[in-house]
Amino acid sequence: MTFTNSLELLAFHNVAYSIYAAMIISIIAWFGYNLTRDKKAKSVVRIPFYYYMAFLVAGGVGHHIFTYNTIPWVSEDITRHEQTVDTTYNFTIEKHKWTLPAEKITIECGQQVEFDVMSKDLIYGFGLFRQDGSMVMQMQVNPGSSNDILWTFLHNGEFDLTSTEYAGPNQYSHDGKTDLMRVKKLIKVVGCKEGGGVK
Amino acid sequence: MSFVNTLMNGTNFDHKSLNALQKVTLRAVVMSFLFFGLVAIEGMIMRMVSTGSANPLPEMFSHPEHYFSIMTVHPIVGIFGSTYQLVFAAFMFLVPYLTKKPLYSVKLANFVWLSITIGTALAWIAGFVWQYAPLYTLYWPLPADTEQFQLIGGIVFILGVALIMIGTFGFIYNIYATIFARVGVHKDKTTKELLISGFGIDGMLNLWNKLRGKQPYSKEPALALPVVAIFRGTVDTFLDAVVILGAGLLVLVYLIFDASGAPLNVATIDALLYKNFFWWGLDLVADGLVLIYVAGSWYLLATLITGQKLFMENVARAALMLELLVSWMVWSHHLLGDQGQPEMMKLISGEMVTAFELLTQGLALFITLVTLWKARPLKMTMELKYLLGGLVGFGLAIPAAIIQADMGMNRVLHNTQWIIMAHVHIALIVGLYMTLYSALYVLWPLVTNNTKMWSAKLSNTHFWMYLIGGIGMGAFGGMAGLDGMLRRHLYINGEYNTYMILAAICGSMILIAWAIFLFNVVMSVGVKGLIGIFLPAEDKTTSYGLEDTLPSPEPEFSKK
Repeated sequence: MTFTNSLELLAFHNVAYSIYAAMIISIIAWFGYNLTRDKKAKSVVRIPFYYYMAFLVAGGVGHHIFTYNTIPWVSEDITRHEQTVDTTYNFTIEKHKWTLPAEKITIECGQQVEFDVMSKDLIYGFGLFRQDGSMVMQMQVNPGSSNDILWTFLHNGEFDLTSTEYAGPNQYSHDGKTDLMRVKKLIKVVGCKEGGGVK
Repeated sequence: MSFVNTLMNGTNFDHKSLNALQKVTLRAVVMSFLFFGLVAIEGMIMRMVSTGSANPLPEMFSHPEHYFSIMTVHPIVGIFGSTYQLVFAAFMFLVPYLTKKPLYSVKLANFVWLSITIGTALAWIAGFVWQYAPLYTLYWPLPADTEQFQLIGGIVFILGVALIMIGTFGFIYNIYATIFARVGVHKDKTTKELLISGFGIDGMLNLWNKLRGKQPYSKEPALALPVVAIFRGTVDTFLDAVVILGAGLLVLVYLIFDASGAPLNVATIDALLYKNFFWWGLDLVADGLVLIYVAGSWYLLATLITGQKLFMENVARAALMLELLVSWMVWSHHLLGDQGQPEMMKLISGEMVTAFELLTQGLALFITLVTLWKARPLKMTMELKYLLGGLVGFGLAIPAAIIQADMGMNRVLHNTQWIIMAHVHIALIVGLYMTLYSALYVLWPLVTNNTKMWSAKLSNTHFWMYLIGGIGMGAFGGMAGLDGMLRRHLYINGEYNTYMILAAICGSMILIAWAIFLFNVVMSVGVKGLIGIFLPAEDKTTSYGLEDTLPSPEPEFSKK
């Protein structure tokens, strides 16, 4: 099992967490109901204390093992300084304005690209979004330190760029209707198969 | 009794019968709930703005300066003005009550609620009048950016926050001075014995001796378990106040130099290093004192509600110590999106140690549930209902955060509505406040000298509206986060509209629930009683229930 983009990952997460939420609410409700009954409640399942603790440990550690093995950008991120990338794109931000590497960026499917972003004043964010508003990925952009990320796009599409970190009200027009840091359809990914993946 | 008569005089509340400790407790509680109303209104304004064309509010609320100044003061009013005040009030009453000793100083307790109230008001004024809006994160160098914010606004805001922290130091001093006072039952105890008990070392030694088949180190620990939790959580409260005050002073120095016409270079301070320092301190609230105080409150409430001893008490004592150590090492989960942060810190502090919170909080949940279960059958009282609500809140909120404290998930969830709604708001509104409401119902007869609550129906209405509204708002906001909605961003064009309308409906349930609760309390104590709380106490006693035994009486209702 491998997630090829954030849409697949978050859809899975949405279902998994919703099931968990329904379970925990139901368990406490069942528990509360049986607390008040004279008749002894029948245990649905008996879990010894140490099994419960082992379950929590397994849940905490297993979650990270699961994501490391199913989300491709985790290992890519940890080892990014040892990898040779296909293309590097340099961005600079100052006074809520981007200096872009090009007006439009076209990336071939499966290419490993690096986004290297520098802030000259405040803390910003670097986030790419699909046309439906869903997030592709983001990172923080701190002044005075390195802000680089590797990314491999496996789905075609056009992506907007904006700052994902609040850096004061000057990011917006006075009426609040326009995000002045949003660059529409800056990145275009081409050459992927219809359902995702390199042709 | 006529409605007007009850409104003016309450049910059977007599403020003149209250002693100094009861009055100072109630003063802070009143201020806390007034600030809760303010924070709920602020929250609703932000929810309404996010509904786009459905927003009925005047256009000015959508202006970024206005919107973000509300977003800046919202957590200050909510966390410090309301939550801190309520928690501090409860603990300044509970520590003397549980240790059977007088509070160290009622004057200091009065100073605490006054300074936090004035400090919160100043921070709010800085946002309202000068639209100072660096957000509570105070990410460097934004708070010192005088191109975007007026200097005077910054100075007033920082003075307000500093006053809140000074009040916090007052609370800490009062608590420790009371715990370490060698009077009453602690007359023959040494400071060392009290310290060992306060840190839970006696619990650990008891467990260790049990494993070796030896006699327990201490059969009767010097401090009751809830006092241990208060003691332990207050360590984090202190460290957090030092960090926030330190950050505030740094901002103040820069603002003052700016005002003098000789501005300092903001680049001298490394933004990432500052972020580490600030999150280390700020996280001691979220992952430190809140979790420790809450675990302690659950244990206290479970024992008071059941009238029985806590299940696995030694494990609970030891776990509180573990929670304290864990809380000092988890801040990096806030920096998983910062590429300059060393990978090992992300991995160890941000992921692995953070995952430990699943264990410590899971343990607290388990111990509380088993303690209740062993005492079956129980009556479904208001305090039990709220306690179960609090357990649901943390049962939902903790895993929501653990999921995001992962390098893979954080890449697509950081700074979205997921963390602020599905985690923070559910943890605070449902988990923490439901626990606090439970404590309030338990303490109500003690603090008010058995005043009858006016209406059981209103209490129940408050419970259900608050629970459904709190979970609903968090859930719909969280879903918007999964769809890419950012948390510190302005959306006024109807983006994520469906979720935002649903979240606003649930948010308004919380606001209405608050109004219902407040009305019920006012009808119970009466307007005259409410004013009387703020008049000097005739009875100067600074302790409560020296002869009382647990459990406390259940609150009575005037109307069913």
